[in-house]
Amino acid sequence: MIDETKKISIIKSNAVPLPLENIDTDQIIPARFLKSISSEGYGKDLFRDWRYDKEGNPKKDFVLNDSTYSGQILVVGNNFGSGSSREHAAWALQGYGFKAVVSSFFADIFKSNCLNNFLLPIQVSPSFLNKLFDLIEKDPKLEIIVNLPNQTISVGGDSLIEKIEINPYKKLCLLNGYDDISYILSMQDKIEEFERQREDDFSITY
Amino acid sequence: MAKTQFKTLFEKIWDSHVVYEQEGYPAIFYIDAHLIHEVTSPQAFDGLRKRHLPVFRTQRTWATMDHNVPTKDQDKPIAEELSRKQVEALSENCEEFDVRLYGLGHPNQGIVHIIGPQLGITKPGMTIVCGDSHTSTHGAFGTVAFGIGTSEVEQVLATQCILQYKPKTMNIKIEGELKKGVVSKDIILYIISKISASGGTGYFVEYSGSAIRSLSMEARMTICNMSIEMGARGGLIAPDEVTFEYMKERDFAPKGDNWNKALEYWKTLKSDADAAFDKELTIDAEDIEPMITYGTNPGMGIKITGTIPMESEFTNESHLMAFKKSINYMGLTQGQKMLGQEIDYVFIGSCTNSRIEDLRLVASIVKGKKKADNVVVLVVPGSAGVEKMAKQEGLDKIFTDAGFDFRGAGCSACLGMNEDKIPAGKYCISTSNRNFEGRQGPGARTMLASPLTAAACAIAGKIVDIREII
Repeated sequence: MIDETKKISIIKSNAVPLPLENIDTDQIIPARFLKSISSEGYGKDLFRDWRYDKEGNPKKDFVLNDSTYSGQILVVGNNFGSGSSREHAAWALQGYGFKAVVSSFFADIFKSNCLNNFLLPIQVSPSFLNKLFDLIEKDPKLEIIVNLPNQTISVGGDSLIEKIEINPYKKLCLLNGYDDISYILSMQDKIEEFERQREDDFSITY
Repeated sequence: MAKTQFKTLFEKIWDSHVVYEQEGYPAIFYIDAHLIHEVTSPQAFDGLRKRHLPVFRTQRTWATMDHNVPTKDQDKPIAEELSRKQVEALSENCEEFDVRLYGLGHPNQGIVHIIGPQLGITKPGMTIVCGDSHTSTHGAFGTVAFGIGTSEVEQVLATQCILQYKPKTMNIKIEGELKKGVVSKDIILYIISKISASGGTGYFVEYSGSAIRSLSMEARMTICNMSIEMGARGGLIAPDEVTFEYMKERDFAPKGDNWNKALEYWKTLKSDADAAFDKELTIDAEDIEPMITYGTNPGMGIKITGTIPMESEFTNESHLMAFKKSINYMGLTQGQKMLGQEIDYVFIGSCTNSRIEDLRLVASIVKGKKKADNVVVLVVPGSAGVEKMAKQEGLDKIFTDAGFDFRGAGCSACLGMNEDKIPAGKYCISTSNRNFEGRQGPGARTMLASPLTAAACAIAGKIVDIREII
């Protein structure tokens, strides 16, 4: 199925900085919020326990409650999204309004979940990340440009620029709003042929 | 290119399951068994409905209820509304799509990674996925098993395939004999403390060596289970006689002549002697001691007699910041000894350590003793089957006599999605797999350990060294 509304091409936005390492998916969306049977509505519970206190009041020192910072790009420390495979983490970030996340390292399953949900995970070098945090601190309204067709992330008219690594297949999907299932379904005959060749494989039949 | 002649076990299984691949695209990878639970499936079934597709291979799909279910009064309707709705959604979806469901009350119900091996669904050489990161558990049988997100659950339901990029391979060899009081949970906590919570990312791990060979299947499952905690795609152990013995007569194991044929194939499932791994690590089993975590990721572990690192040991600014935040959350101090630390709860359960051997280990330590007054102890068997065996062996009585709360099967306090939560600020020694902030409940302070260590701490009411007791 093609989702025109979710296509990503060029993102021009200021960024929300969260310079913490090893942010796991339990922080992004705690388990007690995984009970919805829908994939919508998780944005309000993004970083719930860092964002709100026990009584449900916003914690002043958490960046999402600081109006100085806003935007469609989240910039975080190394090893973002570790732990549970919950795709709800990607849904929460996207539901909140982010279109891209920038880090020096993403955990595997989380990265896949982002790509499958048109949330762009951008892995940059540690030095680029540090410079970016410094620049955002100096100018919270700093405009960052993510150019998916050219595969670049840049600020200040290319004064700081780096290449985005992304596999060609996912780039195609993101640019066009394609999903994985359509691709696999187009290969249905190959799947059935594969199964026929293994009909006698007693070790995996039931 | 010498590398392609000799293959690792992972590569053998990978190669035999690629349906189709083309330059620049991920491989279309066939999945032999798909396990489902109530939390990560509703949206996947919705997706199928929207596409007007059936479940492609119902005979390769199994569902159970584990994350959200209560562990008390399991025969009554679930009190918590959202949990009940999720569990009902799974029942309705399985009914509509003709998927086999082992729901609450079914003798096969349990934590998804406990029932797979228990029922013989998990077989050497297979590819297995589930919408849960601890799917790596099944790797103990020599399978390529890994966790996936809900969109991927939908892919597998629709096509029995998933798009995958081939990960790199890592060999972690543990040689030598384990010291007294050291069990498989300590092995994996030790490994992660050395490699870090992200050190395995991008790799599929094979665990090998004499210490691994000496372990039972359940002990091997504990190790493979926590492969994800070092960021690895999955972790496997080549099958051997121990594996084949375990497989015999299981519900879904091949029978009769098929058993012999299967055995012949399974015996070929090992890495070639000259196969090259992308990374190798060798560990001396004698270096491993009973472990405990002090921080808020599974890599922050030390030996039970050890001390928490000092701030001065950190040279990297962001590592130091992360360490300080972690210690502050845990209410511990730099340089502190773990021994003697007061605790409030002990949780024995989770897909890491809730099998019959884990319960037997705990029972062997607590038999005839009583828990300390200052702790609440929960023992949650991994499945209805494990619960039944525990009762047959009289373990339940040993636990209740000790003042432990012996409950029904489910994920329970591992992640506190049901009522089994650890209150804020309380210390819990847990045989589970994650000690993240708020994992067991908002503000809960989790310390991961083996069932032996957990049992000893339950009696003492504080952190103790199991070797002082056995």
